[in-house]
Order: sequence, then structure tokens, then C-alpha cells
Amino acid sequence: MIESTDIADTLVEAVIGAAEARAPLCIVGGNSKQLLAGRHCDATPLQVGGHRGIVDYTPEELVITARAGTPIAEIESTLSAEGQTLASEPPRYDGAGTLGGTLACNLSGPARPWSGALRDAVLGLRLIDGRGQHLRFGGRVMKNVAGYDVSRLQAGALGTLGVITEVSLKVMPRSEFTTTLAFALPAAQAIDTMNRRAAVPSPLNGALWHAGRLFLRLSGAQSAVAQCAREWGGEPVSAQDAPWESLREMPEALFDQAQNQPLPLYRLSVGSASSLGDLDERCIIDWCGALRWLPSEQALSSVHAIAAANGGHASLFRGGDRSGEVRAPLAPAQQGVQQRLKQAFDPGAIFNPGRLYSWL
Amino acid sequence: MTGRSAISAQHRALLTERLLACLGKDNIVLDVESQRPWECDALPLYRDLPLLVALPATVAQVKTVLQVCHEFDVPVVARGAGTGVTAGSMPHPEGVLLSLSRLDRILDIDPLARTARVETGVSNLAISAAAAQYGLYYAPDPSSQIACSIGGNVAANSGGVHCLKYGLTTHNLLAIKALTVEGEELALGSAGLDSPGYDLMALMTGSEGLLAVVTEVTVKLLPVPQAAKLVLAGFDSVRAASDAVGAIIAAGIIPAGLEMLDRLTIQAVEDYVNAGYPRDAEAVLLCELDGTEEEVAEHTATVSALLGELGASTLHVARDEAERALLWKGRKAAFPAVGRLAPDYYCMDGTIPRAQLAHVLEQIALLSKEYALPVANVFHAGDGNLHPLILFDAGNPEEIRKAEAFGARILTLSVEVGGSITGEHGVGLEKIRQMPAQFGEAELLLFEEIKAAFDPALNLNPGKGIPILKRCQEYRALPARHRHD
Ligand SMILES: Cc1cc2nc3c(=O)[nH]c(=O)nc-3n(C[C@H](O)[C@H](O)[C@H](O)COP(=O)(O)OP(=O)(O)OC[C@H]3O[C@@H](n4cnc5c(N)ncnc54)[C@H](O)[C@@H]3O)c2cc1C
Repeated sequence: MIESTDIADTLVEAVIGAAEARAPLCIVGGNSKQLLAGRHCDATPLQVGGHRGIVDYTPEELVITARAGTPIAEIESTLSAEGQTLASEPPRYDGAGTLGGTLACNLSGPARPWSGALRDAVLGLRLIDGRGQHLRFGGRVMKNVAGYDVSRLQAGALGTLGVITEVSLKVMPRSEFTTTLAFALPAAQAIDTMNRRAAVPSPLNGALWHAGRLFLRLSGAQSAVAQCAREWGGEPVSAQDAPWESLREMPEALFDQAQNQPLPLYRLSVGSASSLGDLDERCIIDWCGALRWLPSEQALSSVHAIAAANGGHASLFRGGDRSGEVRAPLAPAQQGVQQRLKQAFDPGAIFNPGRLYSWL
Repeated sequence: MTGRSAISAQHRALLTERLLACLGKDNIVLDVESQRPWECDALPLYRDLPLLVALPATVAQVKTVLQVCHEFDVPVVARGAGTGVTAGSMPHPEGVLLSLSRLDRILDIDPLARTARVETGVSNLAISAAAAQYGLYYAPDPSSQIACSIGGNVAANSGGVHCLKYGLTTHNLLAIKALTVEGEELALGSAGLDSPGYDLMALMTGSEGLLAVVTEVTVKLLPVPQAAKLVLAGFDSVRAASDAVGAIIAAGIIPAGLEMLDRLTIQAVEDYVNAGYPRDAEAVLLCELDGTEEEVAEHTATVSALLGELGASTLHVARDEAERALLWKGRKAAFPAVGRLAPDYYCMDGTIPRAQLAHVLEQIALLSKEYALPVANVFHAGDGNLHPLILFDAGNPEEIRKAEAFGARILTLSVEVGGSITGEHGVGLEKIRQMPAQFGEAELLLFEEIKAAFDPALNLNPGKGIPILKRCQEYRALPARHRHD
């Protein structure tokens, strides 16, 4: 039985109090991601984890609405009972990862290029802004273009625009059948192969390279998966040995654990077919090439320069100096818009100060 | 609507002179008669003429237009192909109409990374046409795809019949370039699947030309599915057809498209293009299944069996590509077909939870009696996105009034059952009065703040998309052009 408690009123009061006292808040869901994704944030914690439970779930509508503190793992088990799933495969972090926190970080697993991010599944949400107003945007229907897309704007905003209290998501039927194929290939060839495979119709929905092996995951109708696996060949990998679960939860677990002092972990978002040269051999290459995890001691600026040369950007995902910037700098015009947006949502600058950028 | 501008003749002459000097006379339209093609979009109920129409041919010229307009503090209305149906790109009488149709170059197609980078004025269909040689296509397919521009699609977050499975415009973009109201470049998104900081691309998508002017778009391309099959099912009642929609989804199948046409539409389409729909049915469902050969065969069998059990009076799988194309042609020609039944039609766009389909369609039928105006329904049933077409005569002021009142009732009804006033067409000028039915005052005020974060003087497409509340007009000491009460 999933716990259900509504503490929205308490949260609103806490925000109003903080706004009046000009005392910043650090929004905490399940406390699973404080050390990753964003910068250090020094402020009074606002616990959202107690605001939990499924508000509405109608499998025929493919829509679930849950309070922000509901663990992703609980949402998944609820969906699973009806043969449905969160297509974006967000990490569960041993049951600590919550819906609100996951959306705020916009974390998605290996199916991302085919099934979208959590960002893509958002239909609507409720949000407490910096004035303590409990607002509602979007809805529970598949399409809605009235007003600005404030719901999707929360994806990746790291809670700096408000306290997400409730989210409605589009969910998908669980695919009937999944299989994994492995191929021994160097990185450069693997990048080429995964992109070529993605350019033809197939049930492909995972493509990863790591340590000399390319893994392709096929998922869909059994007949289609079986036919494609026959055509593509490779070595079949059992469900337990397939890398997808680790990739989803903690990609760095795939790296050699021999080092006792793990290096800072960078996340490079780049054009899927781009080549980072020799560096690729040291990466975990996920999202069909569009996401590369790189352990490195180099500064963010040098890692970002490599990503930028390939159409993308880099961020310091875990470890390293988290009091400096952990994301790529923005052009002045864009930085100005972002600052004014922050001001619009949170005029007193009380939410997660500095978590996304030092200047937000 | 409004008369000619309040801007001083001298100011206007100076502005014109500057733009003529920067763009050349071939790229500026000044006289009223030559401006007529731009006076409205595809909702001709609303018309107006601008100070001038600017037709820049390069991004640099777009930037100049914006800089000059910013300097003169005049409104700018961006326009793509003008196929919008909400008067979203209707000109502003005191401003410049910025037509982007000449920015129509396909800049780059990367078949390996499966992306296309194009200028904003390229038509939706031209992208798929250019990608076809690589076996790729751009998935969102509004019925207006021959004409509508990709920039307009971004501004509207357009959908289409295949959006149930492949998503809306917002799900199929990688990057956009836009110019702010001051003419400064915003490069949003990236070649990867996300970008640092706030997701401004998400905010720009569906923002109806109110936040910035889109100049370039990079879209994702998908492999053309190996196979596609179209199942046609006729039903004796709208309720039975509506229930079948939910049942297909509940069976764990996401069709590539799931469309419904009611009796009046079926007759109109048959008279117009002879698509082969059963004339005796109260409602027809078109269910397309795509994917690999094996998948499609499996899903077609499941769906056919299901529709049979649910009491379909006609059940037919398109024999070949020619027949599939013909059945789709009927759907895509449905608006013009219905257009032949009356002097004018007024297309609504509410979206509702699928389970409410039967209820809402029955209510619409009752309203049709109440207002004594016929209504035809043809819509994206799988998404719950209705398109009631209210038939009326725009030559008759009383009928205009009734059609608008009827439309407003449908939108309120959509919100009441948990839906939205617009699924894909946008708010524009047309639905601005219904925004308070869907949003509270606090949400509307936040929309204004967002608008002001991009465009503090509210010069981009003023009077559209989001209502500017009185409170805010006073607070910002805004000129009268932002009022619409
Ligand atoms: C017969 C018919 C069928 C249709 N079917 C569908 C459908 O199936 N699905 C659907 O979603 N829509 C549909 N539409 C509506 C319409 O075609 C779409 O909204 C389309 O995206 C508009 O594109 P456009 O280039 O014509 O834009 P316009 O009509 O020129 O402009 C639409 C809005 O976008 C803004 N805009 C345009 N270009 C830019 C730019 N470069 N930068 C900033 N703002 C800009 C304008 O200011 C305006 O607010 C249909 C319309 C018709 C007439």
C-alpha cells in the first residue's frame, strides 16, 4: 500500500514564511541527489518527501498524477501492476528518488533517444512559486497549448523556480519483449554502428558502448524483436548481464572500480554521431552517442570546450569542485532572460539559491 | 476591427524610411491593397492591416527589422505561412507584420545523426520531402503541412494525426535559433538531447510569437516505418466509436494515428473525394498501425479483433498503399469537404480526457440544436483532441454571434471535464477571452511576468496568446494597444 499524505498547506506556509523572512530554502525530496547534478546549496532544507501518494491513475487514459514526494520506484510498481511504465526510465536511487526531484533534475535512462525524457512525458503540474502561490499549469490531457509551457520548464530547473508539488505524466504500455545484443568494437566504430542502426526502422531502444563492447537493446512486439535480432547478429546477453539497469541507476558503476579515489564525473551532451577522438575510448557512450560520461580531472571549461565543438555542452555531474560552476556558461542574452525568468517565479530568490548557477 | 494607427504620421514615415533603406523596396509592402494577403490568417473572421509588411530574405534582415522596431517602440507580429486558425498572426494596426516566408532554405541534413537544420520559413512537408532520400522523415504532420512553416509549427507547438505515437513539435526539436525583441540572438537547445540552464526551447515552443522570433530550427528525423496498415471501422453510434478508442489504448497498443469522423463529416468527405467511408455509419474510426512488418501484422490482427468485439458495423483493412492513401486523403480533406456545406465554418480545438469523448460529443450535439447551427466532428480521437466544425454564414452578424457563443460553450465544456481550451491550434486572438476559464488570475499574472522577461515593452504580437490583466496594464503603465476588454 502506497502512503498518501497531502502536506501542501504546510509547504505553502513554509514558503510564505521564508519569503517574508528572506530566508532561502533548499528543496529536498528523498535526498538522493544533493551531491549530484547541481552546485552546493546552503539554505534551510524544505522537506517535500512527506507530500506523497498517487492522486489519480487511469490506465486507459495513459495518465498518472502523483504528489512530488512519491518515490519513482512506487510509481513504477503502481504502473507495472497495469502493464504500464515510465518510458523515460528515470533512476530510482534505491527507492529514495522522488518524482519532483527527478523532474527537477530531468534524469532519464537509456531509452531517452527513442522514448523521450521525463520532460517529454510531463502533461501538467502544480508548483508553489516564490510568493507562496500554489499554481497549476498544463493538465491531464495529451495536448494542451494554452499559455506558456511552464510545466516542461521545470525539467532541469533544479527547483530554482518553485516547489513542484504534483505532476501529471503520460505513461506507456510496457513493451512485450526485450533482448540485448553485444558486439566487440572500438568506440569510433560503435558510434557509427549505433547511429546507422538508429537510422533504419527497428525495435532499437538502447544503444551503449563501454570498454570495447557495443550493446544494443531491442524492445517491442516479440516477432519484431526476434526478427531484428536474427538480422543484426551479435552475442545475446542475458537480462542479468545486460548493462541497462546499472546505466539507469549509476553509470559510473560501469567504470573500473580499482581506483580508490574516483575521478570527477562529467556528463557530455553532444551530437549523437560526433567523435571526441581518443577521449571516446575513455567514455561510457549512452543515448545512441548523444550522452557521454567521462571521468576526468580537467576543469569544466576544458571539458565543455570539447562538447561545444561537437554541438553540445558539458556539466560536472558528480564529484569535483561543487562550489564553482558545474554547468556550461550561457551567452549574455540568454543569461539575461534566465535571470529575469527566475525573478518572475521567485522574486525574493528563496529557492535553491546557486544550485543551478551561482548567479541564479 | 480597429482603424488605422494612432502612431504619428511623422514617426511612421521615419520608420518606413529606415526599413526601406535597410531592406530595399522589394522587401517592404506599404500600400493597403497590396497588404490584403496578410490581413488575416486562416480565420478570416478577424482582419486588420499593419503599418507595413516586411519581407526579409535573410536572418540579418530580420535582425535589422527587430532592431529598428525596437528603436521606434512599435509592435512586431511574426508570420509564417499564415495557416493558423486563431488570428495569431493577424497584423497589428500600429505595428510591422514580419513575414518570414522568404527564409525558406534547408541548411543541412545529417542522415547519420538524423537531423535537419532549416530556416524558419521552410514548410513542414518540405523537410520530410528532403529527408526522404535517406529513408527519414519529420514526424509531426499537421493537416496543413503542405503550407505551414516549421517556425509557425514551433510557435504553435503543432500536432498532427501521428502525434499520438510520435509526439508534438516540442518532442521533435533539437535546437532553435531565435531573435529577441531587441534583435539579439538566442541559441536554444543543442545537438545533444538537452541544454544547460532553463529549458527555454520548451518555453518558446507554443509561445505564439510572443517571446522571440524563430529564425532557424533543427529537428529530429525518424526512419520511415517499414510498414503501415490502416484499419477502418464504422460504428452505429458515436458512443460505441468513442468507447473503442479507449479500448484500443487499454489493450496496450499505441496506434500511429487514431482519428474519428462523425456522420456529417463522412457524408461531406464522400461527396468531395469519394474516400470509401461507409455512408451508413454514425462514426468512422481510422486506426493506423506502423512499425516493422512483424509488429504491424501482430497489432493489426489484435486491433481488428478488438474492434469486431466492440461492435463495429464495418471493418476493413486497407488492401494496399493506394487504398491507404485514399482513406487518409479523406481525413486530410475533411476540413475543405465540410467547408462546402456552408458559407463558413468555425473550427474549435478543445482537448479532453479520452473517457469523456462520448459525453462531450453528445453535449455538443445538444448545443448544436440549441444554437440551431450544424456541427461536424473530425478529430484526433486518440489524443482526445476535438475539432468540432461549427457551420455558419459570416455574412449574417447574428450567425457570427451564435457561432462564437457556441464555440465558447464547447471550450468551457472541455475545461469542465478536465481538459484544455486548445490542444494544438493555440490561443491567438480568438480564444484569449477563454483563458480565464482555464487559468486562475495568479497563473495569468505569471504568464505576463514570463512574457515581460523576454519582452518588457510587450511589443511582440501584443493582444494575442495571454490576456494582459488590468492590474498589470496599470502597473506597467502600458499603452492602450495591450487592452482587449
Ligand atoms: C486546413 C488546416 C488544417 C490544419 N491542421 C492542423 C493540424 O492538424 N495540427 C495543428 O497543430 N495545426 C493545424 N492547423 C493550424 C496551423 O496550420 C498550424 O498552427 C501551423 O503551425 C501554423 O504555421 P504557419 O507557418 O502557418 O504560422 P502562422 O499562421 O503564420 O502563425 C501562427 C503563429 O505563430 C507565430 N509565428 C509564426 N512564425 C513565427 C516565427 N518564425 N517566430 C515566432 N513566431 C512565429 C505567429 O505570430 C502566430 O502567432 C491547420 C490549419 C488549417 C488551415
